[in-house]
Amino acid sequence: MNIHEYQAKEIFRKYGVPTPRGGVAFSGPEARRVAEELGGNLWVVKAQIHAGGRGKAGGVKLARSLDEVEKIAEEMLGMRLVTHQTGPEGKIVKKVYIEEGADIKAEYYLGMVLDRALEMPVMMASTEGGMEIEEVAAKTPEKIVKVAIDPTIGFQPFHARKLAFGLGLGKDEQKEFIKFAKALYNVYMDLDAEMIEINPLIKTGEGKFLALDAKMGFDDNALYRHPEIAEMRDLDEEEPTEIEAKKYGLSYVKLDGNVGCMVNGAGLAMATMDIIKHEGGEPANFLDVGGGANPDTVAKGFEIILSDPNVKSIFVNIFGGIVRCDRIANGILQATEKVEVNVPVIVRLDGTNAEEAAEILKNANIKNIIPAKDLKDGAQKAVKAAKGEL
Amino acid sequence: MSILVNKDTKVIVQGFTGKEGTFHSEQCMAYGTQIVGGVTPNKGGMTHLGKPVFNTVEEAVAATGATVSMIFVPPAFVADAVMEAADAGIELAVIITEGAPVKDMMYAKHYAVKKGMKTIGPNCPGIITAEECKIGIMPGHIFKKGNVGLISKSGTLTYEASNQVVKEGLGITTAVGIGGDPIIGLSYKELLPMFEEDPETEAIVMIGEIGGDLEIQAAKLIKEKITKPVIAFIAGQTAPKGKRMGHAGAIISGSKGTAKEKMDALREAGAYVVESPADIGVTVAKALKRK
Repeated sequence: MNIHEYQAKEIFRKYGVPTPRGGVAFSGPEARRVAEELGGNLWVVKAQIHAGGRGKAGGVKLARSLDEVEKIAEEMLGMRLVTHQTGPEGKIVKKVYIEEGADIKAEYYLGMVLDRALEMPVMMASTEGGMEIEEVAAKTPEKIVKVAIDPTIGFQPFHARKLAFGLGLGKDEQKEFIKFAKALYNVYMDLDAEMIEINPLIKTGEGKFLALDAKMGFDDNALYRHPEIAEMRDLDEEEPTEIEAKKYGLSYVKLDGNVGCMVNGAGLAMATMDIIKHEGGEPANFLDVGGGANPDTVAKGFEIILSDPNVKSIFVNIFGGIVRCDRIANGILQATEKVEVNVPVIVRLDGTNAEEAAEILKNANIKNIIPAKDLKDGAQKAVKAAKGEL
Repeated sequence: MSILVNKDTKVIVQGFTGKEGTFHSEQCMAYGTQIVGGVTPNKGGMTHLGKPVFNTVEEAVAATGATVSMIFVPPAFVADAVMEAADAGIELAVIITEGAPVKDMMYAKHYAVKKGMKTIGPNCPGIITAEECKIGIMPGHIFKKGNVGLISKSGTLTYEASNQVVKEGLGITTAVGIGGDPIIGLSYKELLPMFEEDPETEAIVMIGEIGGDLEIQAAKLIKEKITKPVIAFIAGQTAPKGKRMGHAGAIISGSKGTAKEKMDALREAGAYVVESPADIGVTVAKALKRK
């Protein structure tokens, strides 16, 4: 689960990770009030969406008067922001963050993520603040310093010193930086973060370090023990169909093709998308109905797949293990009674009691339901059906 | 022969008396697995499915001589269960539970490694040595005995692959579902050498997916040390970047962890890389014929 910059910064302050002062606003007048409370004569108005690259897209603007704060906020709210991370459809701005202007002397990058190969968190720093870290890693990898932190010893000063030397920080600055990095490690570990990115981290004229931006993602499996984080979830930032699917224990990701897929198991679901493509079609979605595949989940699956108007055929690909295929076949038939399915449904059931299942589907003799004998046959039929050739 | 488990392996179940634990323990016993007891705190002294229940893993090991534990406890208690098993001298813990926090698994795995305990999973179907011993939730009858080793991140894709292998008139030595989480126990780099050494295994199927770089590590190892044919399929060739595809670990971060990158590395290492998941079985048959 990802959160907004303003939420990440609230968390940072609680943990002693310094940030500029600021507040969130949902309207122009509210933005003005926040700016007034902050005081000063320079503010930054920042669009709050879950995507990077806001600056270049016009989602981060300087204001030199309260009038200007209000005007910019009003322009930004409701605007469709398209960045390289939002996709071409962009994201509607529903809140803005007003922050005091900062005295920037230098910009850095600082991030934390799990290194899956080392099986421990790594902290990464770079002098190329403001640049995409992926780009830095590709073009000038020597400008990134990394430390892996064994969680059984925790974050030690030597970890921070290694990063500080890598950034070329002087003796006085190091002390400040070590405090900053240690606090950041605590945020990451305490809250089961999956990723933290501060880009840029800035050094002020006074030699203080401040998180000028903040991006955070959390381990969904650990949200149960952080109810305060779970509450920060912003449903506006997620696909409505994906939220709906999750409610029923289904895992759905929308894609751009026209062959709908309903599968049990994540690996097989990905493989099903792959074989659709391999046979000359384009998958419309990833959908894992889980191990159960009962009439209710299958019916919901049909509903969700069919909410996408591009879908021209559906490939139901279920490998029955403990849950027998004959039961799944009956489930599919019941589901088609609950939901009107007006595109061809190609059904491939294999595994336990597959023959009985084929018999059930054949005897039901429903026009739109086309049995397939194996994975390849099913994929080919689904692709043909989507092209209107079946 | 086989790897890791066989008909003589003594298994206890942590989370024995729960709904899932009960159902799958029964299935495993019906398959022939020697389940010698279970652990559920505060239910010690009970008998469940005809086997003794213990309060602690230590007591269970002392009384039964079990070397393997199958773990079915709820996600919040997985790390505790794994560490308890490691502390009690269990040699292999098979963690079926889905949804354990990554941080918990990080600590649990560090401790398991320190204690010399191997782990499989979490979020996996388990391990099965065909027609001898099933420790997990897979439908046992799909795994006919044969000479093909199987390593897979995905559950149903494991069944699919085994089914295809069996349809070619071949069969399985041992199949290991390693799980799709960001931190897992045994993976390709430990299991490939075990299959290489197993005299009965003549070919190895490895099924990977997007995310992480375990398949890349596997490719290096295949190139250097594996002489038996490896047939590989990587799921998620059509997966979009930055989207989690069901499994917690199945996500392309930036441009890292794509199916293409993994397929290229495996191809370069000399593996038979299968593009269509329908071709796993036929490719195994072809590779064995060529041998």
